Amino acid sequence: MPDLEILIQSLGLVVIVAPSVLLCWLGIPSLLGRPLPESWVHRVVQTVIWTGLLAALAVLGLMLVSDQTHVMVVGRQWVHIPHYHFAFKLVFDRLSVPLVILTFLLCGTIGAFAARYLHRESGFNRFFVLYSVFLLGMTVASLAGTIETLFAGWELVGLSSAFLVAFYHERRGPVANGLHVWSVYRVSDAALLIASVVMHHLSGEGDFDKLIRGEGSWPFGSPTLSVSQATLAGLLLVVAAAGKSALIPFSGWLPRAMEGPTPSSAVFYGALSVHLGAFLMLRVSPLLDASPVTCAVIVVLGLASAAFGALANRVQTDIKSALSFASLTQVGLIFAEIGLGLRYIPLVHILGHACWRTLQFLRAPTVLHDFRQLENAVGGSLAARRQSWEQWIPENWRNWAYRFALERGELDQGLFNWFVNPVRELFIACDRYERLLLQGNPPPQKLGTEPWTRVLEETP
Amino acid sequence: MMNLPWLAFSVIIPLLMAPLVGRLEDSGRARIWTLAANTLALLTSVLAWFAHESNSDSVCSEGLPGDWLALDSFSAPLGPLAALVFLATTLVTLRTKIRRFSFAGSLVSEALTLGTLGCLEPWGIIAGLSLGVIPPWLELRRRQQSPRIFGLSMACCVSLLVLGQLLEDYEGVNRFQEWWAGIPLLLAVLIRCGAFPFHLWVSELFQQASFGTALLFVTPMLGAYACVRLVMPVSPDWVLRGIELGSTFTALYAAGLATVQTDARRFFCCLFLSHSALVFVGLETLTEIGLTGALCIWLSVGLSLTGFGLTLRAIESRRGRVMLDQFQGLYDHAPGLAIGYLLTGLACVGFPGTVGFVGTELLVDGVVEQQPISGIAVVLACTLNGIAILRSYLRVFTGSRHQTSVSLSLRKREQVAVLSLAVLILIGGVFPQPGITSRYRAAIKLLSQREPILSSPNRHEALPSQPVKQTN
Repeated sequence: MPDLEILIQSLGLVVIVAPSVLLCWLGIPSLLGRPLPESWVHRVVQTVIWTGLLAALAVLGLMLVSDQTHVMVVGRQWVHIPHYHFAFKLVFDRLSVPLVILTFLLCGTIGAFAARYLHRESGFNRFFVLYSVFLLGMTVASLAGTIETLFAGWELVGLSSAFLVAFYHERRGPVANGLHVWSVYRVSDAALLIASVVMHHLSGEGDFDKLIRGEGSWPFGSPTLSVSQATLAGLLLVVAAAGKSALIPFSGWLPRAMEGPTPSSAVFYGALSVHLGAFLMLRVSPLLDASPVTCAVIVVLGLASAAFGALANRVQTDIKSALSFASLTQVGLIFAEIGLGLRYIPLVHILGHACWRTLQFLRAPTVLHDFRQLENAVGGSLAARRQSWEQWIPENWRNWAYRFALERGELDQGLFNWFVNPVRELFIACDRYERLLLQGNPPPQKLGTEPWTRVLEETP
Repeated sequence: MMNLPWLAFSVIIPLLMAPLVGRLEDSGRARIWTLAANTLALLTSVLAWFAHESNSDSVCSEGLPGDWLALDSFSAPLGPLAALVFLATTLVTLRTKIRRFSFAGSLVSEALTLGTLGCLEPWGIIAGLSLGVIPPWLELRRRQQSPRIFGLSMACCVSLLVLGQLLEDYEGVNRFQEWWAGIPLLLAVLIRCGAFPFHLWVSELFQQASFGTALLFVTPMLGAYACVRLVMPVSPDWVLRGIELGSTFTALYAAGLATVQTDARRFFCCLFLSHSALVFVGLETLTEIGLTGALCIWLSVGLSLTGFGLTLRAIESRRGRVMLDQFQGLYDHAPGLAIGYLLTGLACVGFPGTVGFVGTELLVDGVVEQQPISGIAVVLACTLNGIAILRSYLRVFTGSRHQTSVSLSLRKREQVAVLSLAVLILIGGVFPQPGITSRYRAAIKLLSQREPILSSPNRHEALPSQPVKQTN
């Protein structure tokens, strides 16, 4: 059915072109210093989201009708020289289609919500430019047919996320936390880049469908790499995914990310971007099947993150932080499911959790008001009672767990004490020595003056 | 296209205009004449590039005495890039800066830079590099600074270049060990590029000279050009591997330093050193992919770091020296400047959609193929550079509310410069194929020039005295 094939390919291109158009439409006027009025922004966003969503749904419908489970849309050979090529390939399969539909659905909801939530805010236009970068990044990452394409989308998501955390940029807290998020994302990007280069060299290919050979599409197939090669590449990918999905030991960025406006917290850190690591693991799942060590690491990391999230969630005093740790719990469980060899269950878990968490985040600004109204109606406190099983835990254990959760496991402090500060001290010492050689009078630098090392959240 | 000596025009026009501009007492008029000369130099260098492209895979000489000015596929786009750097710098020189910035000196520097980049003869390159030191040196003396490290480094560099080339010429007749002549040349190039531990002169130059002069001296990366022309053809593989390791360390070290800087000029200097070292890492891989990546990054870094430096200079002209130990909160007053700063900064680290993206991928690919550990170090350097750039952006443009009654927004001329660079960065990022193909051809050419030298037991008999030239 060549006509149907062409139709699917064309609609597939629409799915990716729509967010690109949105970025150009909002970005170019901003670059020229003439941002669009609010009403225009809202209309453009809705039009593009509907276009992308309908095209993605149409692709899904046509794939079901024609009984296809794997459609490759090749835009063009972006870069081609002997021994190196960079093709812009998009893949529509059982994994990418649900995620891209989810992306359009949630981004559309958030776009409509944010147009009212940020009405007449000075950063309205900036928010939607970053939103369009995020949408493009998510779409590219979801549909990526090669690891290089995935990397491009991955980086776009990271940049937009960091800037949305620092959205209220006249205050130092959000700015410091934005830099923290960016730093963790850069480490995650570095791991992904190294993994992609390693895979390229080990197998000579960057395409997922060539890295993973076999009959049928995702989740079937077997990797072209040996066990040791799969373990090396898999562990690098786990580091990348752990950074993006805030697993231990990178979990500290998740509550910091709640500094951003509620719509961005909802769609980015609660629903979509936090699942990107799990998506990566699912995408390379045949590679994981070949490496039991990587699977074991994923299970341990996932369960530990889930336990930590559940514990920290119980002592949070603000609703967004509590929700962020609740997200971490679910993401940890999703990772554990992936590590145990499940494929469709984690995918369904991602879809359900993303929708549920978005709803919770969007309700967050008004839930306290509703809670008080309910208490007034009942005429008493609705405070939760201690669950019966808790009384069986010794008190000193409970106290330890409380302090551990309150300090958020001291994960950030551990990262700073063990990795960041020693490196910074080393470079500050080198800098001081160089200044001494240059001027003979180095200005004093105190390690503790950097705001981003300590600041967590700043209450507005 | 008319067969005119465009390359010679691009060198002669600024050289002739320099004394004229130097005599003008009115700085405003001097700037206008300098702008005209810069524009003509850019146009003629672009025409020289096009003329070369129409005679692909050949060396176009200009028919001047000695045929000293000539282009090949490697150097053809470097001249326009350098001319663009000079034009953009003059364009964004505001009234607050024009009394301190030497327009005549910048024109002389432009002529020397374009002359060096358009020269294939070793002695011509050495002359260009040596004379090019004079304008910044004179400016430093005029500003009553004592550039002891800069002076010492440049004196060493010039001496070693001359010594190395003399040895190289002598070896042609009397055969020494084949790497003897390469050592002084190698040291000279390392000093000129600011490789660790010879990098302190770059910091001193940025601290003591005007930002524009320092920018114009370092961003055309003449040290890397000298490396390709003077060192690569004569050095054995192990010497180049040594440079690769040293450059990898420099890239990582400078990137680390950039993350802890409190002074914006020194931050820029570290950023430049790191990227310049990354270019070196790629150049010394001696693989098609690595070399192509390095040549791509050369262009992208030249473009983006110039834009980044110019936005920093624009901020300096409004606020004085920019310090990064406090939040300045300038975003609301100069959003255009903020976007330009961010865009050019992200382009430096090869962010997707910008001109450096594919170049960085190629570089990492090439280096990992050659030395996996170096490849990881390159990725770490890029990571640290990315963190440093965002940190500096947040320090300069966010974190507080800046109160001022004076408009800090971009002037028309600045807007033109920033937008032009932004467009080039984005177009190069979205349509990278022509640039990559051109750099790949240049890489193949450079590697092919090394092959007969290294395969021959009698190196100097195999050394091609000059590539085949096709005179216009």
